[in-house]
Amino acid sequence: MSDPITPVLTKRWLSPNSWRLSTYEQLEGYTAARKALRGTPEQLVSLIKEAGLRGRGGAGFPAGVKWGFMPKDEEKPHYLVINADEGEPGTCKDIPLMMADPHSLIEGCIISAYAMRAHHCFIYVRGEVLHCMRRLSAAVSEAYEAGYLGSDIFGSGFDLDITVHAGAGAYICGEETALLDSLEGRRGEPRLKPPFPAASGLYSQPTTVNNVETIATVPFIVNGGVDWFRAMGTEKSPGPKIFSISGHVERPGQYEAPLGTTLRELLDLAGGMKDGIPLKFWTPGGSSTPLFTAEHLDVPLDFEGAAEAGSMLGTTALMIFNETVSVPWAVMKWTQFYRHESCGKCTPCREGTYWLAQILERMVDGRGTEEDIETLLDVCDNVLGRSFCALGDGAVSPITSGIQYFRSEFLELCRQNATSSAASSGGDAQSALVGAQS
Amino acid sequence: MTIAPEEQQTQVPEGHVKLTIDGQEIIAPEGELVIRTAERIGTVIPRFCDHPLLDPAGACRQCLVEVEVNGRPMPKPQASCTIAVADGMVVRTQKSSEVADKAQEGVMELLLINHPLDCPICDKGGECPLQNQAMAHGRATSRFVDTKRTFPKPLSISSQVLLDRERCVQCQRCTRFSEQIAGDPFIEMLERGPSQQVGTAETSDIVDSASHTSAGDPFQSYFSGNTIQICPVGALTSAEYRFRSRPFDLVSAPSVCEHCAAGCAQRTDFRRGKVMRRLAGEDPEVNEEWDCDKGRFAFRYATARDRIRKPLVRDPGDGELREASWTEALRVTSEALLGARAGAGAGVLSGGRLTVEDAYAYAKFARVALRTNDIDFRARAHSDEELEFLTSSVLGTSPGTAVSYADIEKAPAVLCVAFEPEEESPIVFLRLRKSARDRGTKVFHIGQWATPAVRKTFGELLTCAPGAEAAVLDGIAEHARDLDEALRTDGALVLVGERAAEVPGLFAAVDSLVRRTGARAAWVPRRAGERGSLDAGAAPTLLPGGIPYDDERARNELESLWGIEGGTLPARRGRDTAGILAAAARGELDALVVAGVDPDDLPDPEGAREALRAAGFVLSIEMRPSPVTELADVVLPIAPADEKSGSYLNWEGRSRGFEVTVSGTGALPDCRLLDTLAVEMDVDLFTQTPAAAAADLAKVSELRAGGTAAGRPVEAGSSARRELGTGQVWLATWRELIDNASLQVDEPYLAGTARRAVLRLSPATAQRFGIERGKPASVRTALGEVTLPAELTDMPDDVVWVPARSPVSVRSALGAGHGAAVGLAAASTEGDRG
Repeated sequence: MSDPITPVLTKRWLSPNSWRLSTYEQLEGYTAARKALRGTPEQLVSLIKEAGLRGRGGAGFPAGVKWGFMPKDEEKPHYLVINADEGEPGTCKDIPLMMADPHSLIEGCIISAYAMRAHHCFIYVRGEVLHCMRRLSAAVSEAYEAGYLGSDIFGSGFDLDITVHAGAGAYICGEETALLDSLEGRRGEPRLKPPFPAASGLYSQPTTVNNVETIATVPFIVNGGVDWFRAMGTEKSPGPKIFSISGHVERPGQYEAPLGTTLRELLDLAGGMKDGIPLKFWTPGGSSTPLFTAEHLDVPLDFEGAAEAGSMLGTTALMIFNETVSVPWAVMKWTQFYRHESCGKCTPCREGTYWLAQILERMVDGRGTEEDIETLLDVCDNVLGRSFCALGDGAVSPITSGIQYFRSEFLELCRQNATSSAASSGGDAQSALVGAQS
Repeated sequence: MTIAPEEQQTQVPEGHVKLTIDGQEIIAPEGELVIRTAERIGTVIPRFCDHPLLDPAGACRQCLVEVEVNGRPMPKPQASCTIAVADGMVVRTQKSSEVADKAQEGVMELLLINHPLDCPICDKGGECPLQNQAMAHGRATSRFVDTKRTFPKPLSISSQVLLDRERCVQCQRCTRFSEQIAGDPFIEMLERGPSQQVGTAETSDIVDSASHTSAGDPFQSYFSGNTIQICPVGALTSAEYRFRSRPFDLVSAPSVCEHCAAGCAQRTDFRRGKVMRRLAGEDPEVNEEWDCDKGRFAFRYATARDRIRKPLVRDPGDGELREASWTEALRVTSEALLGARAGAGAGVLSGGRLTVEDAYAYAKFARVALRTNDIDFRARAHSDEELEFLTSSVLGTSPGTAVSYADIEKAPAVLCVAFEPEEESPIVFLRLRKSARDRGTKVFHIGQWATPAVRKTFGELLTCAPGAEAAVLDGIAEHARDLDEALRTDGALVLVGERAAEVPGLFAAVDSLVRRTGARAAWVPRRAGERGSLDAGAAPTLLPGGIPYDDERARNELESLWGIEGGTLPARRGRDTAGILAAAARGELDALVVAGVDPDDLPDPEGAREALRAAGFVLSIEMRPSPVTELADVVLPIAPADEKSGSYLNWEGRSRGFEVTVSGTGALPDCRLLDTLAVEMDVDLFTQTPAAAAADLAKVSELRAGGTAAGRPVEAGSSARRELGTGQVWLATWRELIDNASLQVDEPYLAGTARRAVLRLSPATAQRFGIERGKPASVRTALGEVTLPAELTDMPDDVVWVPARSPVSVRSALGAGHGAAVGLAAASTEGDRG
């Protein structure tokens, strides 16, 4: 059923020196920006709205609508901030994109900044990926040298500067307002909303924060048009998407496919399950999205499809686990990650992850009780929707979905504990008896 | 026939919205936070991070409620401390929503998993929001059986604030207070997740140059005590109060701070006759809910071991002070004062720390018992020009008729002249910062260097040489157009500090500035009693109630009111403080009555000591031994503020009344002591109690109700030609909040937060005098020198700044004050000497 997939975002990735400006220009590079800058910002915003491009960072908010929130005047400086702090476990799409085709992001930045009347764009790159920083910075320099950045770009009179900024390694800084705090030099913590960034963002000025993949998609829409873009994907989730597939598959990696593609189809592309060991569970969009199982192989992976099946599309980071993996163990590892990465601002996330991780560690260690399962679920309920930002919700997703689909595994761990503690207390009685006899 | 009940449609006033909370309709002003609206209908939603005077944080998530907007329920419970009311909003709190109730219970349980639950040994136990709300909204038992997070404790945030990180619920009230209200971000949240903790740069793992400000000073704040009070758990404790008492053993009394002229409402907690602590009281019009550290912590002077509790009389035999009976002391005193009255006369230095009632007793005592106008409350540099300004612009004003805190908050622009708000009136400073931060009030300072207050009020500094302030004011129209413009806007203010009296022509310049621009001026004295003393008549040209000494008709009215013989009130203009001391030194006064005056604060400390030695008789009315008691013939003990009632007039002219906190100590208020002394001299003051004195003063004030001397321009005092000699620089100096003042004794924790004493000068001046940063440098006069480490500061050349009493009295050491020409030199270091 799957149509032959024509790559869009990844089409240049395998070209020699794909990251060079010369390569990029041979492959339609910077044609979209030239075209876009001849139009008006309003035309661009409505183009993106009509195309139905949805944010690729996880939440899927319509990009055109977001741009439309920016003030129409230029009383204050406007900023475009690119969220390249790719940190969601399992997600590996933005960094490969910036490595293989950084100019597509830069061209997207030019068009998007023009559309929202911004003259300064910041690309906030995850601090750990130094190689990516280097490549992106080199590409930005190339673009400056070619006159594609700076003042009077393409003779349009439009000025744009791009600053590439390295994060310091905090998961929370992928949250857009925490990212802005971090970019301003503060400790990254999510901000109170309202005011939303479009009203008061970076340095309290109108700001739009977009994901790398979202912005890199923009030039293609400008060149291809709305109909071409909407020919891919589904009605509400149109366009191509990079799926990062990791774990127990034959060929893990980035696979571009239209939104709405199923895991079954993607597994075909990735060469199937590794060594043929059957699928047990998987995440549709990183560890913050509730788990799926083998029964979800045919769920269309678009924003609606994933939600209807009880999870979220997230960052389309498909982590594939086969039957050799213990669900409580995997859930514990993820929870330890959230405990480590909770920013600490709000009580539910800070204290909840601390508690949940300890219970899970105890369970995996064979010291859990059946009661602990209920406590886990209730604590999750006290964190879900109670935390300051969405990270608290994400932190409990693996636990609640793990117990939902694999409760028996958790119970099994607890029963072992019950048995072994009974045995050990029996042992104690035995030795006491021995002691009495001697 | 039935009558249908009429639909009562409540009108929603402009700028308001109508919403429903737990089924009850309520009208609320737009922008009000739901948590406060709920409070108004009696529903208290539990909270930790929320504080009405801090920006919302939404951090603790304790105040979650269910909210419906436009008929659509919001998918998640909302923090009621961050969500503003909206028209048609439906709110369901813990009272009507199971979801909200469970959310609150859940958050409470999470807050407690890492809390040590050591309430029985915690200072906060018994008055702890966490304890109280856990009892009201928490689970009976915890399900947490795992390992709690631990930290070493306590951690010193400053010498007086100690942090227990285990008790902390990370509400960020303290860090937000420090950053938003005080402007001293000396504490910050460090680390993340469960390791998140409050700390200072010095306690963080990253110890580098960031641990100090660029000036090399450790982070300090004059307001850190507030963080202890607003901490909703026992995480921040006071070094002074720690482990001393339980809240339920304390008796609390409302009180008023006796330190500066801000007039802060306070709460004094005492146990078995001993004050254990002071807290900021709530008064939205004055101190809101804040207090400075001096007001909060400096109260131990009253229980100092050397407190004088019995009269002392100098023994004619060995010349030493010995304890005496009240009868004897009063007899000796009255005989001496009657003798002086009959002879060359007696003068009264009443000091700046009296209540209105006590000041009135001194004023009346001087006129009726001593028959003189030689009385002055100004125990500091002063001038006729100042008194003229006070008479024409300050006397008799009150918040209704003159500048108030609310006016500062509304002002488009404020100019601070010879006034260091943070050092001299910390609550005025907080209000300036608030108005600048929240409303964009432009704050201008005229001074020598950018003090922390300039930065923290987002202010602009106009620098000048000390003593040249008047010239700067006169030049505003020409040289500072933006300031001139700002002062012409409606509501603009000029705040003048006590230092203005040291600069000839400055009060006249202020007067002409406000006449020209229409800005309003306010005088912010440093001491709590100065403003009240002015209105109570403890001044050489003013009788009580502001009656001019030379108004014969008013004088006659006063004589009949006071029931004394016509024509007996002195008609001669009184001498001011300097004049009284000079006269005494020359033998033109036979006796001095001195209350709470430190010679080291006076313009000429050595001259003052000389006068005290020269005077035939010195009565010192004091609490503790002082340079005056050393030279006194009789010392009469009086009650500290905690042990008496009375009122202060704060800088606004607002009456700040207070009752006796610690009773039964037997200590007398000044007014009672003077009344008794007067009786011994066969004169009736009718000031047996503060209430009686207040009633008497009220009658006097009615004589002149409505009339003040306003209107006459202030004449500039004469100023000698100012020139620097070779090797000389101009001295700038003022007092810092925490220094070696007598009311700060016995409080080492407070003293630990004083600013580091340095000598400031410009890099060019330093170079010219061969002074290096951090190395000791001295300012000198013929009398002596003051040596402090040098700090290079952006300030005018040929100017040196030293703190006035930190640690030594500059006046005493140099015999010079602000605006004087002094010598400057690098001092030899210890090493050089060794």
